[in-house]
Amino acid sequence: MSAKYPRAETSGLKKAQYLLGAKVAGGALLKLDRMKLARKLARPPKPGPFGPPLKSSAWLKELITGHYLKGRFASGARPVAWVTSGAPVEPLIALGFFPIYPENHGAVCGIRRSAEEICEEAESAGYSRDICSYARTDIGSMLSGKTPVGRLPPPDLLVCCTNICQTVLLWYRVLAQHFGCPLVNIDTPFLYGEAQEHQIAFVEKQLEELVRAAEEVSGNRLTEKKLHQVTRYSKQATELWAQIIQMGRHRPAPITAFDQFIHLAPIVEMRGEPFTVDYYGALLEELQERAAQGVGALKEEKIRLVWDNLPVWHKVRWLSEVLAESNATLVASTYTNAWGELTEFIDPENPMRSAALTYLHPILNRGTGHKLSLMKGMVESFEADGVILHSDRSCKPYSIGQVDQRERLTKEAGVPALLLEADHNDPRAFSEEQSRARVEAFLEVVEAKA
Amino acid sequence: MRQEIVGLGVDAGSTTTKLVGVDGRGERIFDRIEPTRPQLQLQVKGLLAVARASGAKEGTPVVATGYGRKLVEDADKRVTEITCHARGVFRSVHHGGTLIDIGGQDAKAIRFDDKGAVQDFAMNDKCAAGTGRFLEVVAGRLGHDLDEFAHLAANAGETTAISSTCTVFAESEIISLIAQGETIEAIARGLHTSLMGRIAALARSVTVTPPLLLSGGVARSPAAQRYLGEALGLPVEVPEGPQLMGAYGAALMALDIADGRG
Repeated sequence: MSAKYPRAETSGLKKAQYLLGAKVAGGALLKLDRMKLARKLARPPKPGPFGPPLKSSAWLKELITGHYLKGRFASGARPVAWVTSGAPVEPLIALGFFPIYPENHGAVCGIRRSAEEICEEAESAGYSRDICSYARTDIGSMLSGKTPVGRLPPPDLLVCCTNICQTVLLWYRVLAQHFGCPLVNIDTPFLYGEAQEHQIAFVEKQLEELVRAAEEVSGNRLTEKKLHQVTRYSKQATELWAQIIQMGRHRPAPITAFDQFIHLAPIVEMRGEPFTVDYYGALLEELQERAAQGVGALKEEKIRLVWDNLPVWHKVRWLSEVLAESNATLVASTYTNAWGELTEFIDPENPMRSAALTYLHPILNRGTGHKLSLMKGMVESFEADGVILHSDRSCKPYSIGQVDQRERLTKEAGVPALLLEADHNDPRAFSEEQSRARVEAFLEVVEAKA
Repeated sequence: MRQEIVGLGVDAGSTTTKLVGVDGRGERIFDRIEPTRPQLQLQVKGLLAVARASGAKEGTPVVATGYGRKLVEDADKRVTEITCHARGVFRSVHHGGTLIDIGGQDAKAIRFDDKGAVQDFAMNDKCAAGTGRFLEVVAGRLGHDLDEFAHLAANAGETTAISSTCTVFAESEIISLIAQGETIEAIARGLHTSLMGRIAALARSVTVTPPLLLSGGVARSPAAQRYLGEALGLPVEVPEGPQLMGAYGAALMALDIADGRG
């Protein structure tokens, strides 16, 4: 069979630069940086409502910075794939691809407050402000080269999976046209209830095409042994992440959903790697220690809340501070849970079929009833006093049904619930004073009920 | 004998700043309303000085609410308008219900029970279309003050449908409606029904438990009362001094502090 997908060009020089720049020199610098940060984190906590910071954050920073550092040197050294957050990445990792997650990069731009400027780049090229702010951040970054992480390697292959939304399909077509590289789309039929056999078979068939594309682009053959191993690492990391989330059930919570928003990065963009498993093992251990010693993320924890939808990346710290003023925090979120709830579907012994099942089941590919029952369950198991539903202007699939879900949470789960309007990456769709008024009023209601 | 003010509530709103003083039984015995000025800190200090001259002792607890509550330096406590309006209205009517508060910057629907405890609340989205400012802007454009405009709307026989939900766009829509020969009365009524329709939707999002209560500056308007009642198919009950309800609730909380309960 002749090749359908062009092979990524690599060179010995680029490989050597990757090895020296990203791994040897970069690795050593990052280790040093981690030690410095670790010393800083070990200092006694500052005055204020927050407890001691997580020590694992030093390692996390090393991982995230290291990931983007590798990205800077990846082009020409390794085949590069840009993928959606819910893409079946395991065959790619097994074939030696370096993955870039534009959504994750978008979140970094949001946290670093550069998303607005980058979105404007896309808008001035004609992309409407009504398009998802992740898509605008990515397209704006692609057009202008602006990014807070140095440089993103251009893709040799694009992999888009519609299990999170339909926007990704159109967005990735824009990327494919710009970069002139192949795009593989994995279409995952929406699940209103149980996954049907024909749906699983349909996705599995597309995964076979993905493997073909990835093999041809990388010039490598996928071995069963390697795919098993990568899938095993994915499962182990996911299992650990699920346990980490459950640690929020302790009173006081040793980890908040705010922490999870940040510590989520490896499970999203470093799935299938052994170091991700090691990292989450260490984080879980730290949390178990904190729980045993009664150390909480807040010095005095009074109000426990559940969060729905993506974080408001540009306001994560602000919101955590507004809540902390009333000794309140987020102890769980449907968003971070999304990378933990699929554990049961992953089967390293049967990687292709289990990948089809796993990637059919993300929260956004299932009915709104699933999310409602998930939130009700979280209210109960995390002993939450209320729920904040972020109505995210950019993420329609996540926000649809929230008006009804909010009402049913108040009536059926008996907890106050707040609809908070914002946007995960576009600060222009957020009003700080009005949001503060809503959150503070909500906390007064929760407090009066508790 | 002059009554003694034992609790003070300040409602620093976007349009007006209100001060209420209560006696030991929680009765409203002092109030002031002023347009909010840029130097809010100084303005509140001035208002508090007036209250002191009227019988509030130095050290009388002060509770602040409203958008400017963080700017009230003398406040012993800061509480949001949701809690304060519910408290003030409940104390005034002595029963539960669904309260609609239409202020200058936002509109709120607050459902509270027969003990005055807030069960649920919602606020309009981040836009002036559902607020008193919407009426103010349009009335001004037509050369009327709010009271005259409300009077025109309340007595209008016909309604002109206004399709724009945005304050700025509604303004231009009205200009063309006038050019087409529509009467100001019918336009005024159309604007009120459009605004109250949006507020009714807000109220439904918290599930309306009758009776319908109305507070805030716009509550004084006979047109607001009539068209909101029509939009929700319920009679409207307005406490005395609806504009003061936030400050009154805050003053009652200051009284709690004075009594050692706050």
